[in-house]
Amino acid sequence: MAVLDIRQRAGWLFLAVIVAHIVLISAQVNTRRGVPMLEAFTFGIFAEVQRGATSAVNQVQDGWQNYFALQQIRHENESLKQEVAQLQVRLQQERALAEQSRALQGLLALHDESKLETTGANVIGGAPSPEFRTMTIDKGSREGLRPDMAVISPAGVVGRVIMPSGRAAKVQLLIDRNAAAGAIVERTRAQGVVVGLGTDRLRMDYVAGSAELKPGDRVVTSGIDGIYPKGFVIGQIESVQRGGGDFSGIVIKPAVDFSSLEAVLVVTTPQSEFPADTETDAAGVKTNATSAAGTPATPAVTTPAKPVAAPAAHATAPAKPAPATPAASAESAPESTEAGEER
Amino acid sequence: MKAAAVLVGIALALALQTTVARFIVGGTAAVDLVLVAVVYVALTTGPVSGLLAGSVAGLIQDALSSGVIGIGGLAKSIVGFLVGAIGQQFIVTAPLPRLVMFVAATAVHALVFMGLYMALGLRMFPAAWQAVVGQALGNALVGMVAFAIIESVPGFVERRRMGRRARH
Repeated sequence: MAVLDIRQRAGWLFLAVIVAHIVLISAQVNTRRGVPMLEAFTFGIFAEVQRGATSAVNQVQDGWQNYFALQQIRHENESLKQEVAQLQVRLQQERALAEQSRALQGLLALHDESKLETTGANVIGGAPSPEFRTMTIDKGSREGLRPDMAVISPAGVVGRVIMPSGRAAKVQLLIDRNAAAGAIVERTRAQGVVVGLGTDRLRMDYVAGSAELKPGDRVVTSGIDGIYPKGFVIGQIESVQRGGGDFSGIVIKPAVDFSSLEAVLVVTTPQSEFPADTETDAAGVKTNATSAAGTPATPAVTTPAKPVAAPAAHATAPAKPAPATPAASAESAPESTEAGEER
Repeated sequence: MKAAAVLVGIALALALQTTVARFIVGGTAAVDLVLVAVVYVALTTGPVSGLLAGSVAGLIQDALSSGVIGIGGLAKSIVGFLVGAIGQQFIVTAPLPRLVMFVAATAVHALVFMGLYMALGLRMFPAAWQAVVGQALGNALVGMVAFAIIESVPGFVERRRMGRRARH
């Protein structure tokens, strides 16, 4: 049976016999270097085996070391991530502090430049309804705030105090549809009334048809309303429309970004003590007070919905602030329910 | 039984090779009786037997000679295997195929044997072709005669038996 198996595997047997003979021959024959061929062959084969084994061992060793190194790196990575997170938090805190400092510096500069008594306040709340453009500040009657005090920021006019409580106050923003302010175009000294639209834009009304206006002109407070000190920036004319010789629409882009207000200044100087001229506006721009004061006609300060007086009727308003403030006018208008609610 | 017969045949061939063959052709090894025996075994029994027979015979021949042990065994192993394989695939009972087989086997053997020696730088073989051709013809002749003798033995024995029975 064994012989039969061998006969069936003649090829393998042939190979084995040949190999055996080669091995036998190799054991007796030396190479040119004098080394037995079998030894050289065996060494060569074994060297390759050693090379492979060493390579495998090295790979395993490297893998093991890399695994440990990876674990160490993982721990290091985690601690670095934590450190980065902490640093990011600190960075945000520092940025917030820097931003706050910058804002306070701006307010301080504004305070110094306006020559008005002001008190800083932080915004602690917004409007409870989208129909009303108001905000709440953290200063109230205890700090001397009263209704109709102007609220300004380094960028420009913000609004006025409409309802102070003991420790807080509601401020009507200039963009509220019931807000208004006496305004003057800085370049041409054309005067008018800036009214809120309830959007992020303002409209300037009661501008003489002969006035020369163009987009980009800066509009500042005229001071005739008795609320806002003169020379504070309201915004820039965005577009001008004429209809029949008169201005049908002057759209103003406010200088203040009302959506990002964090701190403001409340002008606590009594209205009667407003400086006669303001040399520098909120943005640090020199204003020609003499020219402004010499403006022959100032518009009435009233609500856009119900202007109660012609512009000429309040020509003397700057010297003696008219009692009819925009809000007061709105209050007097029975149709203006929103103003009534604010009040 | 067959293995023993093969071994006996190889031993006989070796004995003849070392004693008688050198007297046949003036001292030159013009015939390799061991190779003839291996080819005969391979042709009659197959590749495995031819392989084993060639291996054993070649190793013994190498051991008895002063050469490298294994080269002759390797050469005769290859020859025995190839001849046995061919003998199983083709009909080589006619004289001419057998003659061709002997010549081819001698050529392959010489190629492997001399080639290995020369490749290893152990020995040179001047005028190898002539020696190979002469040996091939000698092996073929001896092999043919051997086949004829061996194949005639059974008939000869039978005829002698029949003659004895007829006399009695």
